[in-house]
Amino acid sequence: MSSPGTEAARRRGRWRAAGLVIVLAVVAAAALAPALPLADPNRTQPSRRLATPLTPGYPLGSDHLGRDLLSRVIWGARVSLVVGVLATLLAMLAGTAVGLVTGFYGGLTDNLAMRGIDLIMAFPYILLAMLLVAALGPGLVNAMIAVAVVNVSFYARGVRAAVLLLREQEFVEAARAIGSTEGRILRRHILPGIVGPILVFVSMNIGVMITESAGLSFIGLGAQPPTADWGTMLADGRQFITVAAHVAAIPGLAIFLLVLGCNLLGDGLRDALDPRLR
Amino acid sequence: MRRYLAHRLLSALFVLAGVSFVVFLALHLAPGDPAQILLGPMATPAELTTLRGQLGLDRPVLVQYGRWASRAAHGDLGRSIMLRRPVLPELWRRFQATLVLATGALLLAFPLGVLLGVLSAARPGSRLDRLSQVIALVGISMPAFWVGLLLIIGFSVRLGWLPGTGMYSPAGDGGARDLLAHLILPAVTLALVPLAIVSRLTRASMLEVIAQDYVRTARAKGASEPRVIGWHAFRNTLVALVTVLGLEIGYLLAGAVYVETVFAWPGIGFMMVNAILTRDFPLVQGGVLLIASVYVAINLATDLLYAVVDPRVRHV
Repeated sequence: MSSPGTEAARRRGRWRAAGLVIVLAVVAAAALAPALPLADPNRTQPSRRLATPLTPGYPLGSDHLGRDLLSRVIWGARVSLVVGVLATLLAMLAGTAVGLVTGFYGGLTDNLAMRGIDLIMAFPYILLAMLLVAALGPGLVNAMIAVAVVNVSFYARGVRAAVLLLREQEFVEAARAIGSTEGRILRRHILPGIVGPILVFVSMNIGVMITESAGLSFIGLGAQPPTADWGTMLADGRQFITVAAHVAAIPGLAIFLLVLGCNLLGDGLRDALDPRLR
Repeated sequence: MRRYLAHRLLSALFVLAGVSFVVFLALHLAPGDPAQILLGPMATPAELTTLRGQLGLDRPVLVQYGRWASRAAHGDLGRSIMLRRPVLPELWRRFQATLVLATGALLLAFPLGVLLGVLSAARPGSRLDRLSQVIALVGISMPAFWVGLLLIIGFSVRLGWLPGTGMYSPAGDGGARDLLAHLILPAVTLALVPLAIVSRLTRASMLEVIAQDYVRTARAKGASEPRVIGWHAFRNTLVALVTVLGLEIGYLLAGAVYVETVFAWPGIGFMMVNAILTRDFPLVQGGVLLIASVYVAINLATDLLYAVVDPRVRHV
């Protein structure tokens, strides 16, 4: 919908490419972390604590226990990526299942499930995530579950709406007329039609998931020390901002870059998959 | 209109009842025995049984919920385990602090976001449009807790211009000037995400309206461009803006959690994080219930306002 012409399209293409580069770089660094010549992320060295960036042996400096920040940021990428991707997958699978069943079959199941989702959406989502963590107990896995559960309703609603539209299409009616079973219609005709919208949603959602789980770790409800997690690193660094601001600034920069990359890529994906938004 | 009002009120009450049940149930199922927490690790089994009986913890869940809900409806949310004080006055004190912060952020984000959105839509593809696009993208990608820290590092630690923690100076007079100085950095931090969302949605909604026939008619009749944009087109984006306003107020109240933690702002979110970490469940229950109720009320108000702005809604 932005300005017409090839100039705008080219600019969007560049942004998308930038997003792809950022995400690929983070994924590669995270995947290769054990093979990279990095210091042990948990090795403390009190004599070298709060070293500034570019100190020999500490490219990004060290934290209050003398741990290498570069190593911790790269190992932390593994935590953020795994939690972000798993939470998204969990929310997507559960939400899609609910959306498919309720949208396709309707009736009482639909009614009950939708009232349940209304109820979940009656909470501001950060609040619901906090309530779930309070119930399950603080921790990385529980924070991930909480973030996933909160997002199930968004997928369920989106998929249900898409299924409701598809269900009334002529090709579905035709399939029914030639005697296809309900299961076959769901698998062969409905499911392919909702893959696009789901992917768009995933691409826009994954950045939020990463920020949210880092946020829960930051306030002490997610990953617990000494895990090298971006949120907990930021929380640790907070106590030293008067003497060594980089300890808090660097993990935050990492979150920002990864989420920015995801969002750039997500926007691009949405343009590519949803022609109506072009 | 009256039927619509009754319908919406009734369903809001229904949602509220459901919300309170979810809140109760979530913490009821949480590991940890309230009687054990209250009596400490040295309690004998007999003491535990007695206290459970006194607290009604040996009754069926629904009965416990009924007792809790009826007390809550009368304003009795129990006593905080850690503070050893009634929950409600504490919640109210904290909620006021959050309200101040959220209002500050809203006053920054909403007018600025609408202005940016309208100006972007007036000339899509212009330099300003692209700039606002970048602002929005960066705004939603930056975690609030990081932005807050950067602002503290820059404006409090390095420059020393503004205070970076708390709501008032310990040595100050507690006046409005002191409060305002403390409010600026957290409000700016909290405003960032709503600013991004409001500007993008305003732009999208404006572009949709500008494409309609009546706008072309207005132009054809020779209305000036500022009049077409500011009067004809803008009025029809108000419906979308009302919805966004409601959503954003809800976001601000709950999303303040991170900002309050960073700035040690004595709000309800900051309080709740501590309550969760110390497993002070009455305080958590009360806090979630209060914010969720306010959220339901805001959604209700949004729907009603919607009906005022757009008469077609009333007939649904």
